[in-house]
Amino acid sequence: KRLAARPGSAFSTTETLTRATDATRYNNYYEFGTDKADPARNSSRFRPQPWSVTVGGKAAVTGTFDLEDILKGHALEERIYRLRCVEAWSMVIPWIGIPLAAVLKRFEPAADARYVAFTTVARPAEMPGLGYPVLDWPYREGLRIDEAMHPLTLLAVGLYGHELPAQNGAPLRLVVPWKYGYKSIKSIVRIDFTEEQPPTSWNQSAPDEYGFYSNVNPAVSHPRWSQATERRIAGGGFSLTGNRLQTLPFNGYAEQVASLYAGMDLVRNH
Amino acid sequence: MAHRIDRVAAGKPLVFAAALVPLGILAWRIHGNTLGPDPVAQLEHDTGLWALRFLLVTLAITPLRRLTGWSAALRFRRMLGLFAFFYASVHLAVYLVVDLGGFWSQVLTEIAKKPFVTVGFLAWLLMIPLAATSTRSMMRRLGGLWQRLHRLVYVSGALAALHFLWQVKYGKTIAAIEPVVYAGIFAMLMVARLPDWIRRSRQRRAAASGRVAPGRPLVQ
Repeated sequence: KRLAARPGSAFSTTETLTRATDATRYNNYYEFGTDKADPARNSSRFRPQPWSVTVGGKAAVTGTFDLEDILKGHALEERIYRLRCVEAWSMVIPWIGIPLAAVLKRFEPAADARYVAFTTVARPAEMPGLGYPVLDWPYREGLRIDEAMHPLTLLAVGLYGHELPAQNGAPLRLVVPWKYGYKSIKSIVRIDFTEEQPPTSWNQSAPDEYGFYSNVNPAVSHPRWSQATERRIAGGGFSLTGNRLQTLPFNGYAEQVASLYAGMDLVRNH
Repeated sequence: MAHRIDRVAAGKPLVFAAALVPLGILAWRIHGNTLGPDPVAQLEHDTGLWALRFLLVTLAITPLRRLTGWSAALRFRRMLGLFAFFYASVHLAVYLVVDLGGFWSQVLTEIAKKPFVTVGFLAWLLMIPLAATSTRSMMRRLGGLWQRLHRLVYVSGALAALHFLWQVKYGKTIAAIEPVVYAGIFAMLMVARLPDWIRRSRQRRAAASGRVAPGRPLVQ
């Protein structure tokens, strides 16, 4: 289904877009399988409608809300963001959504709510990858509340002018463009406001490889590969120069977000 | 005297041509731009996979001969081994030139500091002396040393299998079944050699302790 959205966000990049066919057929969504082609292939049974999100923890307004009610009253915008995968490839994707801050504010987080935790849906009958203990299901992610409230952080419902397909995290996902892709959790069913740093799936699985913050940082290598550069998947096809680019601190969003981490050791807090 | 056709000699050009088919398919896919969303990664994956496949086929010759008694297979072994080295070299060249081309300082960092790359690089490095001494004249010149030198292929195979496994490991998880299957095949090919190795080491020990090894004349 097509989605109307206000284009021309000041945050949008003018870089060449990744082809829509590539962005929707080359995905990491292990609940549908670990091969990049699996999510598009194995998600036909997934039903993103009806959808509700349970909000809990340190907030005045909690409970279970229909997706329509969560989105009601918010104008959809298009944001063209770079997406940098921790595997050292990247895409440029036109997302459609609303700033996460606008949604979170309506739940009136308490003063001691310092983090926001997110949980992905886990329906074994619709998501064949859940049969394999690749991660400790359901998938969990989290942000510090100032990161969650940052104007760049988007709650996305669509891409390329259409509703999100299952493989891209239908019907509701996070997009945090200055962090590695796995922070941008898909198919959200729970949002919890917490005082303590919430456990996150990849960090639990391998804390030395995946930190809580996971900010894109060319200076901090993954233990098994460098993060200094990335391969851009822009749809240009095969090129002898390999489409490799220098990776930028905070994925090129340093101007907007570096101040969130002032005084922090970004190697220790990777 | 009847002139007998040497079937192996006749079959060699066919095997040679067949071994070039994967390269041809890759060239075709580059030309037609059908390597998928991340063509460089696909090219790296496919060339690496063919290197490993040829290495495993090469390692399968000896157990195959034991099992079937088909000794002619031995005469294809050098060619298959050289194709393993060829595809491994293409794999490395794609990684260094096409993928990392221009980012030369990163090349050294990756090879020196990233264990999965180091292991793959070592697997290729160990194949160089094998390829260099694969000619008949080198075999003659090296004599018994040649046999021992070419046992490096077992190390190279183990490193290649490890390289593949390590590459798909995310966190604690091996996120693909393919590398596990290939590592399993490699392990089976090694296990198939165990009886021979055990027998030979027994013979050696027996010879060393001065007893007559079974089936062998006592060396005076």
